[in-house]
Amino acid sequence: MNPTNYLYVSALLFTIGAIGVVMRRNAIVVFMCIELMLNAANLSFVTFARINGNLDGQVVAFFTMVVAACEVVVGLAIIVTIYRSRRSASVDDASLLKR
Amino acid sequence: MPESILFWIMAPLAVLAALGMLLVKKAVHSALLLAWVMITLAFFYIAQGALFLGIVQVVVYTGAVMMLFLFILMLVGVDASDSLTETIRGLRPIAITAALGFGGLMVSLIGRASLGREPIGLETANAAGNVQGLAQLLFSTYVWPFEVVSALLITAALGAMVLAHHQREVARPTQRELSEQRFRSGSLATAAGLPGPGVFARHNAVDVPALLPDGSPAPASISETLRTRGDMIDSSQFQLDQINTEVVEEK
Repeated sequence: MNPTNYLYVSALLFTIGAIGVVMRRNAIVVFMCIELMLNAANLSFVTFARINGNLDGQVVAFFTMVVAACEVVVGLAIIVTIYRSRRSASVDDASLLKR
Repeated sequence: MPESILFWIMAPLAVLAALGMLLVKKAVHSALLLAWVMITLAFFYIAQGALFLGIVQVVVYTGAVMMLFLFILMLVGVDASDSLTETIRGLRPIAITAALGFGGLMVSLIGRASLGREPIGLETANAAGNVQGLAQLLFSTYVWPFEVVSALLITAALGAMVLAHHQREVARPTQRELSEQRFRSGSLATAAGLPGPGVFARHNAVDVPALLPDGSPAPASISETLRTRGDMIDSSQFQLDQINTEVVEEK
């Protein structure tokens, strides 16, 4: 099978993730959409590693996973901190700088 | 051929689950759909010769990261469902148009781009085994990024601890202070403590309120959490006068 098909799936998942980041209001769901985008990018890396016949793409995907794990840990800690002070996980409520 | 069967079954399911993630109301359902997308991606990785990454995807993403997400959802409140109404006017059409534009651009780009050669495949690169090949790269070419990423992990763990650490603004009241507060708060009705659940009833489960001397249930004997959740059981069915008190003489 032509590996390019995986790239189409990757592009679709990335786009869906981007829509989610813009449209959803719950901070945790926004975060999950970011994870979806990172995963879509990883699929591209793995596919290109296969197309080019070397493992560098897989190593980069591995690094992406580690960075995503760090991002999740810190991001969720921030969400919990915001929730603790505002009793809300909606991104619309955290707009103190605007007012 | 087996790979294309796998792809054409799993890829539509992955895209559907991702779309569902956008459309479902509850954050928990989004999390479960995302877990499914990640499992599908693990299948794709393994099908493409990335055995190690496929396993890591299952362990790290569906195992650790999604567990963390669900854990935070439980902390923040599972019922906190997201309202899907748009708060910024005109955001939805703009977002969908931009996304369609971006997606169309990507897809047409992939469709038109060409390397001018057939894809090579990982047979030679994976000749000594996928894990061995990755380890070879990781500890030679990429050893410096590897070290930096480990420093990043430690920093993230520390950062999460600092962010989640909660300092008490006022000291915790001592037992003596609590006792004095109870006796000096005006009413002495609860000075001896609140009644326990199930007192004077035939049932002492935590969700059955105690009975007052006149037979009416005492809601104060039930934990506040159970009361607000509405998990209080009607205690009238356990009242003493419902018992058959007839003494049957044994011969």
